[in-house]
Amino acid sequence: MLFKTVKYILGKLKAAFTDLVPVILVIGFFQVAVLRQPLPDFGDVVLGSILVVVGLMLFVEGLEMGLFPIGEAMADALTRKGSLFWLLVFAFGLGFSTTVAEPALIAVADEAARIAASGSFIGSDEAAKSSYSLGLRMTVAFSVGFAILIGVLRILKGWPIYYLIIGGYIFVIIITLFAPDEIIGIAYDVGGVTTSTITVPLVTALGVGLASTIRGRSPLTDGFGLIAFASLTPMIFVMLYGIFIFN
Amino acid sequence: MGDFAEELYRVLLSTSIDVAPILGLILFFQMAVLKRPVPNAKRVILGSIYVVIGLALFLLGLEKALFPLGELMAQQLSAPEFLGTEASERSEWTSYYWIYIFAATIGFATTIAEPSLIAVAIKANEVSGGSIKNWGLRITVAIGVAFALSLGTFRIVTGTPLYIYIIAGYGIVTIQTVFAPKHLIALAYDSGGVTTSTVTVPIVAALGLGLSKAVPGSNPALDGFGLIAFASLFPIISVLAYAQYREWIIHRK
Repeated sequence: MLFKTVKYILGKLKAAFTDLVPVILVIGFFQVAVLRQPLPDFGDVVLGSILVVVGLMLFVEGLEMGLFPIGEAMADALTRKGSLFWLLVFAFGLGFSTTVAEPALIAVADEAARIAASGSFIGSDEAAKSSYSLGLRMTVAFSVGFAILIGVLRILKGWPIYYLIIGGYIFVIIITLFAPDEIIGIAYDVGGVTTSTITVPLVTALGVGLASTIRGRSPLTDGFGLIAFASLTPMIFVMLYGIFIFN
Repeated sequence: MGDFAEELYRVLLSTSIDVAPILGLILFFQMAVLKRPVPNAKRVILGSIYVVIGLALFLLGLEKALFPLGELMAQQLSAPEFLGTEASERSEWTSYYWIYIFAATIGFATTIAEPSLIAVAIKANEVSGGSIKNWGLRITVAIGVAFALSLGTFRIVTGTPLYIYIIAGYGIVTIQTVFAPKHLIALAYDSGGVTTSTVTVPIVAALGLGLSKAVPGSNPALDGFGLIAFASLFPIISVLAYAQYREWIIHRK
């Protein structure tokens, strides 16, 4: 029993470690072959990497154990219940709440606040920084929720994905013209940040699940596309947020 | 050690708040809409505890390892001693070539190993009826990311405006969409989103910001971003191109 548990944990740790292996290899190669010097603060980096691996392992394990199964079961139950309103509310809530807990977004929003404070776009006290980073995250969470809602509608109505994406591109370009310079960089970046560890599997499961329950939809072609749309809307809404707070 | 414990406590508290909305959503829908008790409540609670602790450890480790690593690499590879130039002057963009090579290598290596991309590649093979090869797609996306990060670091070094690149990229995607095989479009769009994983994003973000701090006359708050945006846009272009190339090969036979 104990042996099995240890083996299980080691297996999971290995999976989390795999994410880090290419990074270690590339950085190791550059330190040895190009820079020809030891990595500064080596101890801290090793300790931090261990924390990252163990943390990511626990995080994914917790998701797979408790949250993914119930999320899928609920999406399924709601589709069969046949209430469009609740399905859409659920889609929004799912996108919103998973984005709030997205690790990469927490990290990048905090870093963006630090950078904005050092460029004195916002106050440099802790309160100003945390309100800026919270504002960013809430805006992104709202936009991902909105994107998933639209994405679900798309699957139900059978709209082609490229209308939404190209329409989104046009929106992004128009809003860029009005957005203050301080926000454009981070707004473009958060689009890619939002869709990582939690959001991608849950959203894909929702899309593919929906497309397979509805007649005449193929899970393989209609189930995809939600993620792309969820990385577009944050750009639009974060620029609007920037117009709101910097002007 | 006391500092660490205090830090851990602070992070645990804030991650609990971060995870709360998911639990709220589940509870609300089970109680109010589906009107059923939560199935496997024990596993859900235990799972949430894991999620909170895991998220806290990840964020602590990120501060200690991933952010500093990205920034350190940018600093080391753009240091005047390494470039062999004077500290205050703005060097030619060509002298930063190690940065471009590093960005491309890290982009390629992390993308090839990305688990969610492997899953997408297997599905793409099914959808396309075998015309999209598993390895072909992974290498295509990885080349897209490698090119994106190189170009992104070039943009930071030269300080050219981000939106020009993005708008040009959108133009290319739009034109490609017209010609690409219809059933692969959604998949190609999604491949942009899946490349940027939780481990890669902080390193890449820190690389950009660190580079922009190190390049004389560059402002991190204005110029330091954009790498992640590029890394989500260019794979779309490379995958659409690959899909079209495969289609062309098959039709030519």
